[in-house]
Amino acid sequence: MSAVAQSNPLANVSSRSRLRLSVFYGFLLPIVFLSLLAGVGIGSTHISWSTILRVAEFRLLPQAWTSSVHVTKADEVIVWLIRVPRVIVAFFVGAGLAAAGVLLQALFRNPLAEPGLVGAGEGAVLGGVISFVTGWSATSVLSLPLMAMVGALLALFIVYAMSTRGGVTPVATLLLAGVASSALFSAVASLLLSVNVVNWQIAQEIVFWMMGGLDARTWTHVWLCAPFVVLGIAASLMQTRDLDLLQLGEETAASFGVDVESSKRMLTLTAAILTGAAVAVAGLIGFVGLLIPHAVRLILGPSNRRLLPASALTGGAFLVLCDLLARTIHPPTEIRLGIVTALCGGPLFIYLLLRQYRGGANG
Amino acid sequence: MSVLEARNASVKRGGRTIFGPASVRIGAGEITALIGPNGSGKSTLLRLFAGLWRPDDGEMLIDGKALHSLPRKEMARRVAFVPQETQIDFAFTVSEILAMGRYAHRGRFSPQSQVDHDAINCAAAYCDITHLIDRAINTLSGGERQRVLIARSLVVEPEFILLDEPTANLDIHHALDVLQLCESLSREGKTVIVATHDFNLVTRYVTRLILLQGGLLIAEGPQKDVLGPETIREIFQVEAEMVPMKTGHPVYVFQQRTREIHDSRASR
Repeated sequence: MSAVAQSNPLANVSSRSRLRLSVFYGFLLPIVFLSLLAGVGIGSTHISWSTILRVAEFRLLPQAWTSSVHVTKADEVIVWLIRVPRVIVAFFVGAGLAAAGVLLQALFRNPLAEPGLVGAGEGAVLGGVISFVTGWSATSVLSLPLMAMVGALLALFIVYAMSTRGGVTPVATLLLAGVASSALFSAVASLLLSVNVVNWQIAQEIVFWMMGGLDARTWTHVWLCAPFVVLGIAASLMQTRDLDLLQLGEETAASFGVDVESSKRMLTLTAAILTGAAVAVAGLIGFVGLLIPHAVRLILGPSNRRLLPASALTGGAFLVLCDLLARTIHPPTEIRLGIVTALCGGPLFIYLLLRQYRGGANG
Repeated sequence: MSVLEARNASVKRGGRTIFGPASVRIGAGEITALIGPNGSGKSTLLRLFAGLWRPDDGEMLIDGKALHSLPRKEMARRVAFVPQETQIDFAFTVSEILAMGRYAHRGRFSPQSQVDHDAINCAAAYCDITHLIDRAINTLSGGERQRVLIARSLVVEPEFILLDEPTANLDIHHALDVLQLCESLSREGKTVIVATHDFNLVTRYVTRLILLQGGLLIAEGPQKDVLGPETIREIFQVEAEMVPMKTGHPVYVFQQRTREIHDSRASR
């Protein structure tokens, strides 16, 4: 290390944390890659890796190059139309929920905030149900994620207004407001469903959608979710310094020049886009937005510039692996994804929490 | 050099005037204490000066210009605010906390420049926290945390530094430490305003006192003009005796007013 860097303590700090960051990504990126590979390669039907490779060649390379590649229709359907979209949807849903968790935790200054806990998830479900009931989803598939985002946004505004006074959000009030409004939104969604039971086709569609999960996801689901998640994460990355300051308190943020009101509006909108996009294609999947940011924060620290992209990638890989577990642990039945995330997430979360308390709150 | 000024400023909450109207000027290089009992309006006046609150009537001026006509970031670059609550639950490192002080100097996408680094190093050295730079803020003691937050306000390179009850959560050793730091800042040409209820501690370090009660400005000036035993009895409801110290600064010794002790016993 040069003499300049040694004389400057801050240069040391930044180089050290950069090293830590490179070590982190050195582990994370192979895990992400392997989880995607495993998600495509492993399933109830055994398909050899060479077949998967041939399908990939057949679909991705120009036709003139692949005329000699022989792929059966069944293999192509299983790999390209069933497994690949499912894995991609899982990845983006996980990334979106984890990033939304990071945003909400900074917005509410509370590591417990999560799309499912602060009402955004149920708000998105209600928005989706409305788009079915009104028939908008039949005229345009885009209306489903858009309505889910509107629902999540309204829910966040309501919960924020209920739980925050003068820039301060007590934990108990936040959780109560989240639970109460979640119950309200889900009651309204059920009411809409009951009223529309006479129209069996719509009701069936709604029930199927509300059950969520990642089975039978298609490329349409990929296009309904991925662009919004990418947009949401890009927007979040532009706000990381505002996030850091807001996390220390609204008055502090304002005194350092943050436009608190407009920042909060942007944050809420971004969190709603991420939550809505995830819920629209996979239903409400708990624990990802709570667990992933928490775990990554313990490793990388709370700085949102590092936390956000790392959480998104980790969340994506986590959900791909959970989904893989859900469909392979007890074949041919699939376990519901929410059960797996809760079973994986719950104990790990409790462990992290205990460690945090014992270690003198260094999370 | 700049001047902060309140001109007939008042604050209303729920239709009731909770502060003012008050007019006061704070000139460059001064170190001023806003003192008064709890609820007297010192925190309100500090927030008005910091531009965190807007007066409902009257105006706040910086160099004769309305404070709120300044762009938010420019205001933040000129007036720094150190909050009373120093507890931070997230494990940001001290260097991350200090870097946040450069928010108003950096564009959204610009990386930290050499100027930013220098400001951070300089402030850390000045507040004697260079050895803490790698530590997580939530593992520091109260006195260390207070020094970190004062350093963060220096990182801004402001003209004014406003501190809300900087000694409230500190033991006497660290409290004097922090006040000495404030005094040396004012000698460096920063204008310092300290809101505190502990006037016994601050009188040694400040050049001027502003006494508030019930949201109104009662008196202002040097200690001997503002804080006589009669004023203390009236405003703080205690008997006070001034005891001269070797340094030449008097300290106050307090005693509960005897009549009130009887009153409170009678009411039980």
